[in-house]
Amino acid sequence: MKILVGISKSPDTTSKIAFTDGNSKFDENGVQYIVNPYDEWYALVRALELKETIGGTVTIITVGAAADEAVIRKALAIGADEAVRVDADPKDAYYTAAQIADYAKSNGFDLILTGKETIQYNGSQVGGMIAEALDMPFVSLATKLDVDGTTLKLEKEYLGGIQSVEVTLPAVVSCAKGMAEQRIPNMRGIMAARTKPLTVIPAVQVEDLTSFTGYTTPPAKSSVKLIDPNNMDELVALLHNEAKVI
Amino acid sequence: MSVLVYINSAHGIGKNAFETVTYGKKLGDVTVVTNGNVDDASLAKLGEYGASKVLVDKTLVDADDQQLTRLIANAADQVGANTIVFSHDHVAKNVAPRLSVRLKAGLVSGAIALPDADGTIKVNVFSGKAFGSVKVNSAKKIISLLPNSIQPENIGGSATVEAFAGNAGDAKVKVLSTKQPEGEIPLPEAELVVSAGRGLKGPENWGIVEDLAKALGAATACSRPVSDIGWRPHHEHVGQTGIAIRPNLYIAAGISGAIQHLAGVNGSKVIVVINTDPEAPFFKAADYGVVGDAFEVLPKLTEAIKKFKASN
Ligand SMILES: Cc1cc2nc3c(=O)[nH]c(=O)nc-3n(C[C@H](O)[C@H](O)[C@H](O)COP(=O)(O)OP(=O)(O)OC[C@H]3O[C@@H](n4cnc5c(N)ncnc54)[C@H](O)[C@@H]3O)c2cc1C
Ligand SMILES: Nc1ncnc2c1ncn2[C@@H]1O[C@H](COP(=O)(O)O)[C@@H](O)[C@H]1O
Repeated sequence: MKILVGISKSPDTTSKIAFTDGNSKFDENGVQYIVNPYDEWYALVRALELKETIGGTVTIITVGAAADEAVIRKALAIGADEAVRVDADPKDAYYTAAQIADYAKSNGFDLILTGKETIQYNGSQVGGMIAEALDMPFVSLATKLDVDGTTLKLEKEYLGGIQSVEVTLPAVVSCAKGMAEQRIPNMRGIMAARTKPLTVIPAVQVEDLTSFTGYTTPPAKSSVKLIDPNNMDELVALLHNEAKVI
Repeated sequence: MSVLVYINSAHGIGKNAFETVTYGKKLGDVTVVTNGNVDDASLAKLGEYGASKVLVDKTLVDADDQQLTRLIANAADQVGANTIVFSHDHVAKNVAPRLSVRLKAGLVSGAIALPDADGTIKVNVFSGKAFGSVKVNSAKKIISLLPNSIQPENIGGSATVEAFAGNAGDAKVKVLSTKQPEGEIPLPEAELVVSAGRGLKGPENWGIVEDLAKALGAATACSRPVSDIGWRPHHEHVGQTGIAIRPNLYIAAGISGAIQHLAGVNGSKVIVVINTDPEAPFFKAADYGVVGDAFEVLPKLTEAIKKFKASN
């Protein structure tokens, strides 16, 4: 089975979120980039497990600048066979999806996996967009994925519950928690990653459907009001009269 | 301006639907499109929130993403809509991106407000640590509205309900079963949430969390380690790698308030923190704090809530 996994970088989860240039750009100063947790822990690891049980190849693809190669090597160290970098700034989800769909179209994959969302844009957009561009079915927020011949059996998050579905390959799936367990790359993986193929390809032309014009951070909380643990009636009164939430 | 609102009515029509219609009404004349087994009386109720017409394809049950995309695209075409609004739920995450490509319509995902004066729309980014303003460059646009971002407004209108042939084609994704927690309030929609962390010491102690949730009519949530070790189900895990919620009230007991946890809950309007450690970082993000033992404080709070409910 030929599997393609979309890998995005994201700021380390403890990063301070700040903006520069008149609040128009994310301030990368001191920010460590990691592989977006959903892409790494769930999509990539499940792809590797499938490869290990039924055979095949795992290719990862990133739309991003040369600086993203550190993150790409990390994903290779976890076990992907090869990497492709589309040399472009991922302007928005539509632009990113169009690049990945274009590569996938000419390389014929059975299964395309993405993370549920990137932790910086939280869009949950790229997977569905790839699916539409390739006219493939899309299963979003899958928590379990098994392959039976050419059939995928999945469980997915659905309105506070779980839905079991079945779909014939090829398909696009976005991966959420439950799908696989995080893997820590070992020394051998890290060494091997250095020599695995990383192909850089040019971007195709795509119009920008959306653009981010600026950012704001939420106002700081005023300091906490402490309540005596033996006076929960006071807390209830405050929630009712002051906060007006009950 | 003609606005099309997609409503998922598979499990009844509720608050999210009213919010989405209210949002649409502020942008223009609202037509709703929906599908599945739903009664006309519930659909007509959408008129009270501003829908003038409801198009329903009742033949389309357990529709997949491609069918819903066709249904909505065909409805948009019929009513000449250039703006399509979703509630940012699991169905929207499945369908809205497809529709964006199909219609070449810019998608604003996770909107939290109406468009600003300059036409940009605010969305949640960096897992709730910031807001971004998104400009749509295409003529058509799709907005996926985060639940609990605007207040539904009953303006007392009425809607006509019409059968609509969605021409949705065949399903490629076959639904085998759908399990919904019985009687529980789905966490992403809940206005009130009671959450607990490792401070509760073990799954056998969750009774006091559930009692408070029940007294309040709240949903329950938990921190990541708690769902990782299997004390609580995965769908309760909130935070950067779980789900992000924006309830009116978030009560956190025995949770330290790590930055990754806060990322999923800092959109809450009011936060109450119960922790034995006065230095717990969560207090910095809280509106109200109780320095105390959750095992004593939670039952007392439950009693106080019951007393309040009985007299109000
Ligand atoms: C990449 C990454 C992603 C992550 N994503 C998430 C995420 O999405 N969500 C998430 O929650 N975490 C996430 N984490 C984990 C996070 O960093 C914290 O480890 C986690 O939130 C801690 O959970 P906790 O507060 O329940 O436990 P602890 O940190 O162990 O805190 C327990 C708290 O309970 C208090 N306590 C103890 N006994 C009592 C008592 N009797 N009464 C009251 N209080 C008591 C203690 O004082 C302490 O503050 C992530 C971590 C990483 C590295
Ligand atoms: N620049 C990118 N390169 C490759 N894959 C990406 C990129 N951005 C997003 N993705 C994939 O699409 C998923 C959803 O991203 P988003 O729609 O931005 O929330 C991510 O989890 C990745 O798997």
